[in-house]
Amino acid sequence: MEYIIETDNITKKFDDFTAVNSVNLKVKRDSIHGVLGPNGAGKTTLISMLCTILRPTSGTARVNGYDILKNANEVRKSIGIVFQARALDDILTGREHLEMHAALYGVPKDVRKDRIDEILELTQLQEKADDIIKTYSGGMKRRLEIGRGLIHYPKVLFLDEPTLGLDPQTRESIWEYLQNLNKKEDVTVLLTTHYLDEADKLCDKISIIDNGEIIKSDTPRNLKKELKADIITIKVDKEEKFASLVSGLDFVRDLHMINGAIKLMVESGENLVPTIVNFANENNIFVNSIELEHPKLEDVFIQYTGKPITQGSGNKSKKGRFNMLKRRH
Amino acid sequence: MSEIEGIYTIWRRENIRFLRYKSRIVTSVVTPLLWLVVFGTGFGSAVKFGGIPGGYQAFLFPGIIGMTVLFSSLFSGISVIQDRQYGFLKEMFVAPISRSSIVFGKALGASTTAMIQGTIILFLAFILNIHLTVIGFIAAMIIMIIMSLGLVGIGLFISAFMESMEGFNLIMNFVVMPMFFLSGALFPITSLPEWLEVAVYLDPVTYGVDALRYATLGTSAIPMHINIVVILIFAAVMIFASAYAFTEREQGLM
Repeated sequence: MEYIIETDNITKKFDDFTAVNSVNLKVKRDSIHGVLGPNGAGKTTLISMLCTILRPTSGTARVNGYDILKNANEVRKSIGIVFQARALDDILTGREHLEMHAALYGVPKDVRKDRIDEILELTQLQEKADDIIKTYSGGMKRRLEIGRGLIHYPKVLFLDEPTLGLDPQTRESIWEYLQNLNKKEDVTVLLTTHYLDEADKLCDKISIIDNGEIIKSDTPRNLKKELKADIITIKVDKEEKFASLVSGLDFVRDLHMINGAIKLMVESGENLVPTIVNFANENNIFVNSIELEHPKLEDVFIQYTGKPITQGSGNKSKKGRFNMLKRRH
Repeated sequence: MSEIEGIYTIWRRENIRFLRYKSRIVTSVVTPLLWLVVFGTGFGSAVKFGGIPGGYQAFLFPGIIGMTVLFSSLFSGISVIQDRQYGFLKEMFVAPISRSSIVFGKALGASTTAMIQGTIILFLAFILNIHLTVIGFIAAMIIMIIMSLGLVGIGLFISAFMESMEGFNLIMNFVVMPMFFLSGALFPITSLPEWLEVAVYLDPVTYGVDALRYATLGTSAIPMHINIVVILIFAAVMIFASAYAFTEREQGLM
């Protein structure tokens, strides 16, 4: 079994809104797989279905070889999950959280203490273990939640926006922690994120999701390579006019207008900068600035979805979150 | 086996929470004390209350224990809404354990804490000159647990359909207060006008309070075996109803 997660046209509709649309996702065993998309793209809905807390409208999935509909309990035993929103009890200690979780997941009593010590060491929370959660920092809470998700040795760890709302230093330490974990333990990580740097640095493979559909899955490297292009970002005074003129040039492979700037996808940008500036001058268009970049993941995202990731999914941004939608029932 | 372990775990959490919120323990004793000492003395000296040695204050005593159990149980049940808002319910729901076990663990935990609060009041018997036998004391504790299970069940059932604590006042005014006033905690239920009598006999708390009165004072208005049967059936029905509601509404709760 090469793939630990396989979805089969999994779909979730809320009334007439399709949050996840016939997704076929394959996640390789022991990899870190990222689902990248803007808010409201359907990431949380997808992950909620995979961890059996949300029933799909149609289609199904297999996690660790178990069907999420027919063998929900077996799936639950095979997975660990860290929710997007904090799920800790302020008045309990870190150790008590781990004890509770171990008991709920049926970790045998005789190994429980060792496992808890192991997790505390892994998350470097030994010293805080017997303090109540109220006294923890944001990063500590996150580490505890990730550690808790691991205590029953799950085969798959689901992380829904693991570094949302954390400061840059804490984010980096969590990335490092997850990479070590993935190397050391026999665990596959499926994470959702809307941070491009997170997906780029952390993931072996990325699936780009937008409006409930997976648009493209590949390694970050291949995704960037596939663009086979440099990007020239140019700011001019008459954008509309320039855009329509420049799109006619044969070396321009693609064009996007973002926040008042025009991004041109070209094959090798170095020689083209003077050509473009001259071309603009010839047409009485004043160039404010011009910049040449090699592709980043952000450009890959724009290439496939036609917009930057911060813009949200379609005009339905946020509403796509299943819990918000449900409140209207 | 793992289900029992799960029930135990959730029971334990409920108790740890209770013991750690010291302010909750203190406030849970203050209100009953006010009723007993201030209302009991004041009202007791205004009316002639024959039949029971110790007068109205002694009569009120089991009623106030019942009130403590009622308030504490219902609010513990409703507190599941907070668990839901803090995401903690989700964490329990995604565990490989049945919804019924979660409900049962919660109910047992909440009724244990309600029983502890009731027992603290029970100790006041010695100050109020109520002669309490060991058997009466233990019987009262058992009655409190059974009574509480049903009341936690009501709280849990409500919480399965409530989105936030905003409806709290509504519950307080339309569920908790009527149940308290109709329970015969404050007055004898033997010679009431018919309309009130019907309402009193429809309130499950009436049977719990009456049973507590028998355990502490040795007198009851309703035969003891009927009291016990009613609170047992009430507990069973409410626990099953809330377990059913949680299983059915699973998707809506997360």
